[in-house]
Amino acid sequence: MIPFQYVKPSKQKAAIDTVAKDDTAMFIAGGTNLVDLMKRGIMNPEKLVDINKLPLRKIEKEDGHVRIGALALNGAVAEDKLILEKHPLLSQALNAGASAQLRNMATVGGNIMQRTRCNYFYDTNLPCNKREPGSGCGALQGFNRMHAIFGHSDKCIAVNPSDMNVALVALDAVVLVSGPKGDRRIPFAEFHRLPGDTPQIHTNLQKGELITAVDIPEHPYTKHVNYLKVRDRTSYAFALVSVAAALDLDGSNIKSARLAMGGVAHKPWRLQEAEQFLAGKPATEASFRQAAEIAMRGAKAFEHNQFKLKLGPNTIVQALKNAAAAV
Amino acid sequence: MSKDHSPDQFLPENEGGQSHSDARRTFLKQSSILTALALTPTAAIKAAELKFEEKVAAVFEKVNITLDINGKKQKLAVEPRTTLLDLLREQLNLTGTKKGCDYGQCGACTVHVDGQRVLSCLTLAAMADGKDITTIEGLANGDKLHPMQEAFIKHDGFQCGYCTPGQIMSAVACIREGHADSDEEIREYMSGNLCRCGAYPNIVNAIKEVKNGGHKV
Repeated sequence: MIPFQYVKPSKQKAAIDTVAKDDTAMFIAGGTNLVDLMKRGIMNPEKLVDINKLPLRKIEKEDGHVRIGALALNGAVAEDKLILEKHPLLSQALNAGASAQLRNMATVGGNIMQRTRCNYFYDTNLPCNKREPGSGCGALQGFNRMHAIFGHSDKCIAVNPSDMNVALVALDAVVLVSGPKGDRRIPFAEFHRLPGDTPQIHTNLQKGELITAVDIPEHPYTKHVNYLKVRDRTSYAFALVSVAAALDLDGSNIKSARLAMGGVAHKPWRLQEAEQFLAGKPATEASFRQAAEIAMRGAKAFEHNQFKLKLGPNTIVQALKNAAAAV
Repeated sequence: MSKDHSPDQFLPENEGGQSHSDARRTFLKQSSILTALALTPTAAIKAAELKFEEKVAAVFEKVNITLDINGKKQKLAVEPRTTLLDLLREQLNLTGTKKGCDYGQCGACTVHVDGQRVLSCLTLAAMADGKDITTIEGLANGDKLHPMQEAFIKHDGFQCGYCTPGQIMSAVACIREGHADSDEEIREYMSGNLCRCGAYPNIVNAIKEVKNGGHKV
C-alpha cells in the first residue's frame, strides 16, 4: 500500500469537493473492497476521504418508496424490519453475500461500487484492460470459469460480483448521487456499464460524485420472492450464477414477474423479456422453463464457463419455483 | 551486510537482551519500515519535486485516535495505512488476534468493534477512532474463561488453534445476534471463519452448548 493522506470531513460538500478536485483522491466508507485493492497495489489513491461522518445511514419509508442511506450497513439493511416487510428479495440477496463480519462493515453505496473479482484484475503480474487499459484481457483465453456469458466484449469478460445489485436491478431501484454539479438520480439498470472498449470505467458515476442513497419504489413483490445463489461452496463464495426472482401471483396465475441474474455479466443482468413472457402465464414449471430459455438468448460462453449455459436456465427455473412456493 | 542486519542477531542465544520472538518482531518491524520507504516513490518523489519538507511531512502524517481496547482507553498516533489488526499486534502487542490471509477472506482477525464482529485486517485503524474494540484478550473475566472459550476446549473446537481467536469472537457474536438456532444457521453465520484443520463439527457443538446452556455471552 502506498502512503496516503486521510481526511474525515463532516460536511458532504467538503467531501465531494475534495474528491472532485484531486485526481488521486477517493471516497472510503466500509473499506472492505478498497482496502483489499490498496493492499494489493491495484488501486492507489493518495488521499482517502472517509465519509463515515456524513448522515447517510438511515433506512426510511417515504412517499412511494423506501430510501436506504448509502452508509447503511449491508447487515443492518438485511435485518431491517421495513426491508424484510417491503423488500424481502433485497434482504435475501444481502444475506447471500460475503460473511457476517463483512456485512457488518460493508455499506450499500460501497457494495454498488465494488469492483470485479476477476483473477486477472487482481493479479498485477497479468494483463487486464480494466486495471491497465491496453494491456489485454488475460481471461479471454485464460482461466475464465467465473466469467461472463452476456454483454462481454473482446476487451473484458469480467462479471459484477455483487448479490445486492442483482436484487436492486430487479426491484427498479434508483441510485441518488450528489456531485460538484449538483444532484441526480440514476436508474439502477443504467448505473453500471458493459465493458465495450472501456472496461476500466465500470459505472456511470462521474469524478467527485458520491452515492447518497438508494430508493426502492413500492412494488407488489413482498411474498413470492427468491434469491438463489449457486457457488463453489455453500456459503461465503462469489456466485457462479445467481438469480433474483419475484412473482406477483393471482392464485396460480402470474400477474407480473421480476427476474435478474448475477455472475453472468459486467453488470447486474435484468431479464425483461422473460419477465414479459411470464406475465399472464400459469405459475408452472413449463412456464418457468420457457422463460428461462428466453432469458438465455444471446448467451455466449468461453472455454471454461460453458457450464453456465446450462446452470443459468436451471437456476432461473429453480428460483422461480422457490418464489412461487414461498409462504 | 552491516552488523545490524546480521541474521545471528535474531537467534535465541543472542545476548542482545531480546527474546527470540521479540527480536523477530523487531526485525519484522524494521524490515517493514524499510519496505515502506522503498515503496513510497509515487507519493514521495512527486512530493520532493514540489515542496519537499512540507509534502513529505504530510504524506507521513500520523492520525491521532482514541480507542477503547478491552475496556481501556488509549490515545494513539497511527500512520493512515495501519490496519486495526497491525495496530493491535505490532504496536499494542495484543497478538491474540491473528493475521491469516490479511485480505478479508479467512476471519482469523475477527474482533468486535462497538459490539459488532468485523475483520480487523480490512479496518484502517484511523477509521476506528472513538470506537470500542474487544479482542480475544478482552473476553475472559480475569482468570475465568468466557463460556465460549470453555466450550471450545471441552469440545475440541480446534487443532492447530490459529483460527481459534477469530472463531471464538465470531461465535460469541453469532449467539448475540440470534443466529445460533440450528446447526444449519450456525454453519451459515460462521462461514466467514475458515478452519484449515476442519474442526467445524466441534465448533458447531461448542456454540450449541453455550447457546443452549443459557450462559450469558
